[in-house]
Amino acid sequence: MKTKVIFLGLSLLGLMSESFAIGKSGDSSRHVVADPGNAGLKLPAGFHAQAIAENLGGARHIAVTRKGDIYVKIQSGKPGKAIAVLHDSDGDGKMDDIKTFGTYRGTGIAIKDGYLYASSDEEVFRYKLNDQYQVQNQDQPEKIITGLINRHQHESKSIALDNSGNIYVNIGAYSNSCQEKDRAKGAKGIQGCPIRDSAAGIWQFRADKANQTYGDGTRYASGLRNVVGLDWNTESNHLFVMQHGRDGLYDMFPEYYSLQQGNELPAECMYKLNKGDDAGWPYIYYDGLQNKKMLAPEYGGDGKKKGGENAIDPVVAFPAHMAPNGLLFYTGNQFPEKYKNGAFVAFHGSWNRQKGQKGYFVAFVPFKNGMPSGKWEIFADGFAGVPDIQSPGQAQHRPCGLAQGPDGSLYVTDDVKGTVYKISYSK
Amino acid sequence: MKKWMIAAVLSGLWCISDAQTKKPAAGSSAARGKKVYEQYCLTCHQVDGSGVPRMNPPLIKTSYVLGEKSTLIQVVLKGLEASVPIDDEYYSNNMPPHDFLKDQEIADVLTYIRSNFGNKASAVTAAEVKAERAKK
Repeated sequence: MKTKVIFLGLSLLGLMSESFAIGKSGDSSRHVVADPGNAGLKLPAGFHAQAIAENLGGARHIAVTRKGDIYVKIQSGKPGKAIAVLHDSDGDGKMDDIKTFGTYRGTGIAIKDGYLYASSDEEVFRYKLNDQYQVQNQDQPEKIITGLINRHQHESKSIALDNSGNIYVNIGAYSNSCQEKDRAKGAKGIQGCPIRDSAAGIWQFRADKANQTYGDGTRYASGLRNVVGLDWNTESNHLFVMQHGRDGLYDMFPEYYSLQQGNELPAECMYKLNKGDDAGWPYIYYDGLQNKKMLAPEYGGDGKKKGGENAIDPVVAFPAHMAPNGLLFYTGNQFPEKYKNGAFVAFHGSWNRQKGQKGYFVAFVPFKNGMPSGKWEIFADGFAGVPDIQSPGQAQHRPCGLAQGPDGSLYVTDDVKGTVYKISYSK
Repeated sequence: MKKWMIAAVLSGLWCISDAQTKKPAAGSSAARGKKVYEQYCLTCHQVDGSGVPRMNPPLIKTSYVLGEKSTLIQVVLKGLEASVPIDDEYYSNNMPPHDFLKDQEIADVLTYIRSNFGNKASAVTAAEVKAERAKK
């Protein structure tokens, strides 16, 4: 009773302050009640946010159908809880009809050419969609990729698809810097790092072929420690990825790095990939303060020696340790012109800085002709819900996945409580 | 399994008087352990011992921290693989061995951890660490 009254009050308040029509053709009766508090988020002028679903659990990546239904990959091994399907049955903007299916942990999800693709930490599946973009057979997906290495660290297999029938899968390095003993003080880096043979890169497979494994795919790019956010840029026809940079420069090498340097190095990098590219892990890291590729201390570096003559340079270097988990190129028409073809990046938020963490926001990078055309900026902030965050356990929400809706709205997932935010623009 | 829990509770009661204080007495084992913690443990296990969700385990009232001292000492000496669950949760980062620390440093840091972050368990001595190190 009480909640109903409060809800009614909030709804009225919302209607009074602002309400805007959702871009559904020919149905003006469908109004979305805006949340005057923008679901706790701080946004640029003209943007509005609403929490359209909550308490989904570990909501990782997200895909939206042309009908506005939403598929969310849930990081849970519980039976029947792998994927949440969100539907708005009464058109009020809140996803009131939520069902789940599948049994496997994992992060990746995407929709392409009539199929829903989703990944566990070892495999990639696809489900046929009907003309309403609904999954036909929830219990019998087609297994298209299998046998990918999972040693718990950097285990998520994020996915992206191009327009030529290929799927790209991240296989993260099960190590911080390929030391003889992972993260051990004084342990040397292994020469000819063997992890790179089956991980630390992006693998390309066919999107429509069953039971592919390493031998059927191509190592598309190597020397990437771990990628969670990746997206195909349809303007330039390139795969872009966000790398999670290495940890432990100060912890393991206090003789070369101050605590401050350990906090600020290395950069979290965005790379534009061509087939065969090598980003240099584990031999180098990217110093975003000097804009240089540096020799890793496990391989003889000392914070001053440069390295990686053959390694590619990033196209954007963000501050260290912010953990970019989502990347999306915006192709919609709803947002102002400056956002067109630009990149949104969801930063999960750091844990391995000391004396204050960083991230926990969605950033934006303007693009022109498939390359960054200006400085990055914070687009949506306030997910953590607390100022001056010291430890990630304090964060109420952490942004993870990004998707674009059919009306050009931006969707953001949170994997602490499982909130789905919808961000829209109106003048 | 239950035996050690009782032992942990009993030893917790026994040392409750000197373990409650947040700021360890200057020069005490816990005070020295705090320094070791800040240098070698804090980044992963965090300033408040809460760890990082799904990545680095918390040190707050977990069976590893409050349980058998020998197991805990071995974790510090040898590290822990990410594939080992802790209180039914998986954490994705490997813990490296810290056998480069001296017996006294390990005793100090474990004493600090076992008497902070809401934990109330008995101190660890350098002799106990030495005995565990000899086992390898």
